[in-house]
Amino acid sequence: MKELGKRVLAGDIRAASRLIRNLEDQIPNTHIAIQEIFANTGNSHVIGITGAPGAGKSTLTDELIAAYRSQEKTVGVLAVDPTSPFTGGALLGDRIRMLRHAEDKGVFVRSLATRGAMGGISKAVGEGIHVMDVLGKDKIIVETVGVGQQEVEIINHAHTVIVVLVPGMGDEIQALKAGLMEIADIFIINKADRDGAGKLYKETMNMVQMSRDKYGITKGWQTPVLLVESVLEPHKFAESVTKLRDKIDEHYQFLVYHDLIADRMRRKTTAEINEALWGAILAPILEELESSGEMKKMIDKTLTKEVDPYTLADEVANKYLKERSTSS
Amino acid sequence: MKKQIVRILLAKTGLDSHDRGVRLLARSLKDSGLEVIYTGLYRTVEEVVQTAIEEDVDIVGLSMHTGAHNRAFPRLRELLDSQNAGDILVIGGGVIPAKDQRELVDAGAVAEIFGPGTSATTVVDWINKMMAARKE
Repeated sequence: MKELGKRVLAGDIRAASRLIRNLEDQIPNTHIAIQEIFANTGNSHVIGITGAPGAGKSTLTDELIAAYRSQEKTVGVLAVDPTSPFTGGALLGDRIRMLRHAEDKGVFVRSLATRGAMGGISKAVGEGIHVMDVLGKDKIIVETVGVGQQEVEIINHAHTVIVVLVPGMGDEIQALKAGLMEIADIFIINKADRDGAGKLYKETMNMVQMSRDKYGITKGWQTPVLLVESVLEPHKFAESVTKLRDKIDEHYQFLVYHDLIADRMRRKTTAEINEALWGAILAPILEELESSGEMKKMIDKTLTKEVDPYTLADEVANKYLKERSTSS
Repeated sequence: MKKQIVRILLAKTGLDSHDRGVRLLARSLKDSGLEVIYTGLYRTVEEVVQTAIEEDVDIVGLSMHTGAHNRAFPRLRELLDSQNAGDILVIGGGVIPAKDQRELVDAGAVAEIFGPGTSATTVVDWINKMMAARKE
């Protein structure tokens, strides 16, 4: 598909999806399309939703989409599911909960597999956010895999991070553990009609109060803990999610008012630059080492302890980096 | 360059709730290294088409047990073509009489039909063959 960047700027959904695909498949020169659209990014409010598998993220996302659509806001969704480490395939099953929006032109849902990315957020997801942004989506929801305490990568990409908890999954110690519990701008206790919801609420509130102002991504923001009742009572569920929607928007206003947006996006921008540098500098070198057979030789030599990795790296650096080799 | 991963949308339209076959296929395809999106039950052809476009899939697989195949497949093909998605292949499964299968394939409404008893390996091999041919 030609001229992807231009077509995305013109609002072509298939081209947008294809651009994300090219990122996923690591098609060479895909960055050119990203270069074409980059100046137009930075307008959307990016919302991350994470939490353990089965917590109900997709169902919440589905209702949140409806809540935004009732305000005539447009929504983009990047729904991430895990790639099998054994087969490389994936069952992308988040979308099945959002299909009532399938024909709504104001909603664009794209399912992605992690494809081995650490922390669940691949480059395709990170750049996919830019694509959704350029399509003019008011809100972009990134729903991540939620493997538990490791799921912190989302903070680099989202303005507002929502962590979804469910009762009955561990005791007070769970609430104190690092990672997942530290990154939330908003906590949701989903399925709050279940046993243990009250206890979980208290533990989470305790933790929030203890950590206030000491760490956390948004300084000065009082992290709320919202209860969401059973999805089996649609009116109650819709009401709770409407409250969630308003809280999310409140958080974004907080960021804007206290001039924290740029700060928040600093991590992502740093990561993007690092990635681009890697692609421009390291990737070609690695490619050449592989194809020339040099990499295999280096591995063999290291296995027999004939040489260590750092010496080898120095040699490669001296060979490829002009500045280094002239100064040493 | 890495091998590109095939993306497939498996769909069930209408009031047909016989989903055992399609779910089994979803798992088998996942186990064969494809990325599978399953629409679940009770979708319309129009929803399936929008989903296929948003997800930029290579193939749409429609599972039909209700006898509506002579309408559904041509409609699916027509809508995809009209929305610049003529390159997305359509395959079928379920209970479709042999005569209708031949006619649908001949008319170009469907690329291939894999009826009950077809092994997942057959489907995967066919997909790999089609994807490889497309690259050239």
